[in-house]
Amino acid sequence: MNGLETTRKETKLKKKGSVPQANVPSGPLLKRKMAFEGTPLSGKDFEQGKVLFTTYKPKLAYAWDTGRAIGRYLQGLKEGRLLGVRCRHCDRTVIPPRAFCERCFRPIEEWVQLQDRGVINTFSISYVRWDAVRLEKPTLPAVIDIEGTSPRVGILHLLGEVDPKQIKVGMKVKAVWKAASERIGAITDIQYFKPE
Amino acid sequence: MDRRVAVIGIGTTGFRAASPEVSYREMIYEAAVKAYSDAGLAPDQIGSFIACSEDISEGTSIFDEYCPDQIGGARRPVHSVSGDGLHGIITAAMNIQTGLFETALVECHSKVSNCIDPVEIMNYALDPIYNRPLGEHPEFIAGLEMRRYLYESKAQPKDCAAVVQKNRAHALKNPWAAYPANLELEEIQDSPATFDPLREIDRAHHADGASVVILASADWVKKNRVKNPVWVKGMGWISEDPGLEMRPWGRSIATQKAAKMAYKQAGIRSPRSEIDFAEVDDTYSYKELQHLEDLWFFPLGGAAKAVRSGLTRSDGKFPVNVSGGCLGMGNAAEASGLQRVLEIVTQLRGEAGVRQLKRVRQAVAQSWRGIPTTSCAVAVLSKGVNS
Ligand SMILES: [Zn+2]
Repeated sequence: MNGLETTRKETKLKKKGSVPQANVPSGPLLKRKMAFEGTPLSGKDFEQGKVLFTTYKPKLAYAWDTGRAIGRYLQGLKEGRLLGVRCRHCDRTVIPPRAFCERCFRPIEEWVQLQDRGVINTFSISYVRWDAVRLEKPTLPAVIDIEGTSPRVGILHLLGEVDPKQIKVGMKVKAVWKAASERIGAITDIQYFKPE
Repeated sequence: MDRRVAVIGIGTTGFRAASPEVSYREMIYEAAVKAYSDAGLAPDQIGSFIACSEDISEGTSIFDEYCPDQIGGARRPVHSVSGDGLHGIITAAMNIQTGLFETALVECHSKVSNCIDPVEIMNYALDPIYNRPLGEHPEFIAGLEMRRYLYESKAQPKDCAAVVQKNRAHALKNPWAAYPANLELEEIQDSPATFDPLREIDRAHHADGASVVILASADWVKKNRVKNPVWVKGMGWISEDPGLEMRPWGRSIATQKAAKMAYKQAGIRSPRSEIDFAEVDDTYSYKELQHLEDLWFFPLGGAAKAVRSGLTRSDGKFPVNVSGGCLGMGNAAEASGLQRVLEIVTQLRGEAGVRQLKRVRQAVAQSWRGIPTTSCAVAVLSKGVNS
C-alpha cells in the first residue's frame, strides 16, 4: 500500500499562496507539504509494482429470455424474414416487434411480414473499432427505415458493398442475408444492407 | 396542500423460479397493466415513474433507458433508483410531496434466472481491495451475521428453522409464492450446513417476478373518491457502516434507525401494540428474527420466543410474513421489497382471500438490501388516516 507514498516525487508548489499550507507533523510519510496537485506516477511505477495493484476479472454471464415478441422476431430472421407488428389503435407498424405498444399501452397481436429493404435514415463512417483500434477500412453503421413501417421506425445494422463516399441519407438499400444453413436466429443473420 | 400519500393501485405477476416464456419487458408489462386496472388509471395520468434496478443484475449499463416502455413511461418523467422496492415507494411518496406530481408509479422486477452466476454478482458487491481478494463465497457473511446474532440474542438454530417452517407454510396460501412447502422442523434442522451455523434451507431461493405500485396525493384521493386507499404514514431509510470490519454483526442498526424515523413520522410510540402485522426481510431465516427485534417489536431474544410460541404465525397475535416472505415466495431482488407493500395493501383492503388476516388496520414493511450491505428501509402503511 505505501508504495504509493514512496514513488511520489517531491512537488514544488508553483503558485505561492494558492494552495493551503497544512501544518503537517514530520514523519516518514508526511515530510512533504500537502498539495492538491495530484500524484505523478510513471508507467514504470506500475510495471515495477510500486503501486498497489488489485486485478479482478468478473465472471459475469447472462442468458436473457427473449420472450414472445423478440423470440418470434429472431425465429423470423432464421427463416430469412423480417417480421414487424402493427398497433391498430395507433395505426403504427413497427420493427423490431414488441408485445405491447409503448404509445397507447395496449397489447399488440397483429404480425406483419415486411420487405427486407428500406432507406437510410442516418449513418456514420466509423474509423475506430469497438476496442479503440484505428481502422483503415471504416465500418458503416446505419439506421435503416424498413419499407412498410411507420415514420421513424427502423433497425440498426451495417452497410456493405458500398463506397463510403457514395452513401447518402435517403438511399435505398436491401438486406444481404447469410446462407440459410448459417443463420442462427440473430440480428447477424443479416450480414449487412447494400444499395439496391 | 395535504402532504399525505396513499397507495391506490397494485399489480404483480407473482413470483416463480423461472420465467422463460416472457421477456423482462413482457413480464413487467403484465404487472403494470394489472396495477393500472386496479387503480382505474391510464399511463398518461401518472406524474412520475420510478423503476428500481441494478445494472449488473440486468446485464445492461444505464438500465434506466430500458425501463420506460413497459410501465407506460415512454416520453414521460422516469428515473431509476438503484435501491430496494421500499426505497422506490419512499422516492415516489417524496416526489408527490414536492407538489410537482399528483400521482407516481413504482416498478420492481427480478429476472435473476437470466443471471448465469448470481453468486458472482453478489461477490462483485464486496470491497475489491479488502475483501474480494480472499476469494470466499460471499454468503459466508450471512454465516458471520447469524453466529453473532445467535450469540447475542441467545436464539437457537432451531428457532431459525421455525422461521423457515412458518414462512414456507404461509406460502401455501399465497398463489403469488414460488416455494410453498409443508416442512417438518426435523428435516429443516437436518439441512446441510453451508456457512455454519447457516444451513442450505435457511436461505431464500431466487425467484423471477414483477410488481408495480401506484401512489397518489391525498388531494387526488379525495378528488377521485378512491375507495380503498392505503396510506404511507411513515418512511425511513438508513445506510449503516458498510465495511465488513466495523459493523455490529449481531444487530441491524440500519433497521433500528430507519424504523425510528418511520415511527416518528407515523406518530407511533409503541410499535408492538400499534402495528397489527409485518412483512419483513427474511432472505435468511435469522434475518426475520433480527429484523423483528430491530423494528422494536421485541427485545433482543424476544423474536425467537415469539416464533417458538406461534405468535408470528398467520393465526397468531402478531403475524409476520403472512405472504410467505422471501423464504416462501422466493427472493426476487428489488421486487421483494415492493411485494411486501403489495401484501400489506392486499391485507388492509381485505382482499387477501384464504390468507386474509382479521381486524388489521396498520402494518410495517421492512427491507434489507442483502449481502454485503447494511442498508435498510421501513414503511408504515395504514388503512385509516388516523389509525
Ligand atoms: Zn398503440
